[in-house]
Amino acid sequence: MIQNKYHANEKGYYGDFGGAYIPEMLYSNVEYLRTNYLRIIENPEFQLEFNQLLKDYVGRPSPLYFARRLSETYGASIFLKREDLNHTGAHKINNTIGQILMARQMGKTRIIAETGAGQHGVATATVAALMNLECVVYMGALDVQRQAPNVARMKMLGATVVPVHSGNKTLKDATNEAIRDWIQNPENTFYIIGSVVGPHPYPDMVSRFQSVISEEIKIQLLEKTGRENPDKIIACVGGGSNAAGAFYHFLDNENVELIAVEAEGLGINTHQTAATTAIGKTGIIHGSKTLLMQTSDGQIEEPYSISAGLDYPGIGPLHAHLFVTGRAKFYAATDHEALVAAKLLTRLEGIIPALESAHAFAVLPKVRLKQNEIVVINLSGRGDKDMETYLKSNF
Amino acid sequence: MNLLQNILQNISKPLLSVYFTAGFPELNSTSVILHALEKSGVDMVEIGLPFSDPLADGVVIQQSSQKALANGMNLQKYLQQLAEIRPLSKLPFILMGYYNPVYQFGMENLLRECSKIGIDALIIPDLPPQEYEEKYKSLFEQYNISFVFLITPQTPTERMHKIDHLSSTFIYAVSSAATTGNALEIDEKKLAYFERLKSVGLKHPIIIGFGIDGKQNFDLATKYAAGAIIGSAYIKIISQSTNIEQDTENFIRGIRN
Repeated sequence: MIQNKYHANEKGYYGDFGGAYIPEMLYSNVEYLRTNYLRIIENPEFQLEFNQLLKDYVGRPSPLYFARRLSETYGASIFLKREDLNHTGAHKINNTIGQILMARQMGKTRIIAETGAGQHGVATATVAALMNLECVVYMGALDVQRQAPNVARMKMLGATVVPVHSGNKTLKDATNEAIRDWIQNPENTFYIIGSVVGPHPYPDMVSRFQSVISEEIKIQLLEKTGRENPDKIIACVGGGSNAAGAFYHFLDNENVELIAVEAEGLGINTHQTAATTAIGKTGIIHGSKTLLMQTSDGQIEEPYSISAGLDYPGIGPLHAHLFVTGRAKFYAATDHEALVAAKLLTRLEGIIPALESAHAFAVLPKVRLKQNEIVVINLSGRGDKDMETYLKSNF
Repeated sequence: MNLLQNILQNISKPLLSVYFTAGFPELNSTSVILHALEKSGVDMVEIGLPFSDPLADGVVIQQSSQKALANGMNLQKYLQQLAEIRPLSKLPFILMGYYNPVYQFGMENLLRECSKIGIDALIIPDLPPQEYEEKYKSLFEQYNISFVFLITPQTPTERMHKIDHLSSTFIYAVSSAATTGNALEIDEKKLAYFERLKSVGLKHPIIIGFGIDGKQNFDLATKYAAGAIIGSAYIKIISQSTNIEQDTENFIRGIRN
């Protein structure tokens, strides 16, 4: 088992960040998970079923694609990890497969989830259909509007989508409501959290399920280039699950530069941003101590991003730790920069990225790239759900 | 001995505790409400420090918190208001709030202020017992402020005893698996839980909260516990009230009689 400075300790801390700041109502469920998740995950039968589903159902391994024209544009060897080609269109399903198997193992009959862009909601509704379990997805009312195609998919998959009207009606508020549901249904319900956030063991558990991304990158890069370690890996961060997966097997190799990209929204100083590391301070959100956008009085600030999946006022505790230790470099990309990057990728490579993933591409002009350097970008999702936004921005 | 410890050592009738959100419905309602509650004969008050994202609360307390924040309530003003009211009241004051605003203010800063003002206890639902024990227990003892823990129907008996051991005044028993403000439905399972609370043999008195909305639930809960807490039901009353003093008196009399 990997145990070192970039992984959670037994209490779920990455350095100063993590832990389980939960009301007593959640204690029994979280404690059961904490004391059993590793045993369940490491069980050979679980591993067999998990890997088989990832292969035959999700379509893994996802390709590692050499983006020739993008590489020529930026003067480096740029590879795209094609999580957008997974079943349901994003990396989210790696995690929901793992968690639904865990829910089944624990005898739970009802599944709840929060969702921002709807990708995690769709991935959860999908595996719930597969396992024939009841599924309720909480989604901010604003996101229900701006990600309508995903709402329709969840409904067709048999999930109940509950619009949440509190706060800014986005991902934070959906998460609050999912936690309240869990408080009220402690016996039969499993909460499938979609990112590396929440109380321990969720950040570690979700990281492990997503770590298949970097596991494959190593193998594929070795085949294609003769080296298993890239010079740089770039991923977008909302809560941070795709970045956690893309970074996971490179965390201990300090020669690999980790680059995380947050959503800057309209600009760092506009109060219309989701760039947590730029303006956040240590605090407690959704059961975890982490960096958090908040007022001086400790009220959580409403975030803003054009991308519903990055529109979150915190980041996972792993990422907070990577930020303060300097292990990862954090950048931010504005709405506009993300749109420009999405258009460029579309025209150069014929790939329409999700708005979230477009943020990762948006830092290519800002990052110093050397000739012959190998860069991997995690293309975490596809852009079908964002067509309305793209069309509105005059493509 | 603080006011809360004093009350708990001389229990002659079921204790009635009332929760309300500071700064709601108006920023300066706090003193009016406290005065009305004391006059109506409640035994202690839990004064909510509003938070933007109250995870354990149902929609009534969520909305009162949002309104209070919009009215300009924050921890500084909260302490200022209670400091002004304290000399006029004999009720034990309990601060109920979430961890993040307290964390930003600094726990020791807060305890020092509470001690100075005369706030007897803190309830912070998302600060777990282990964290309390490791980081803050000695500070609470130093300032003679009580930390009140929650237990729920899912809390194992062994853990109840551990929480009892860490407690210094009373234990807050959550009536059911619920957020605040969901009407308590009495069934066999719930009665079995209340029986367990009674028979488990905790050293500290138990006060039951969540879903207690009137006389019937209050009387039932206090058959099994030293007292009960009313929150959302009271907030509903004052949110529509044009005469807080009168409406409070009527509401509390309806429970006490």
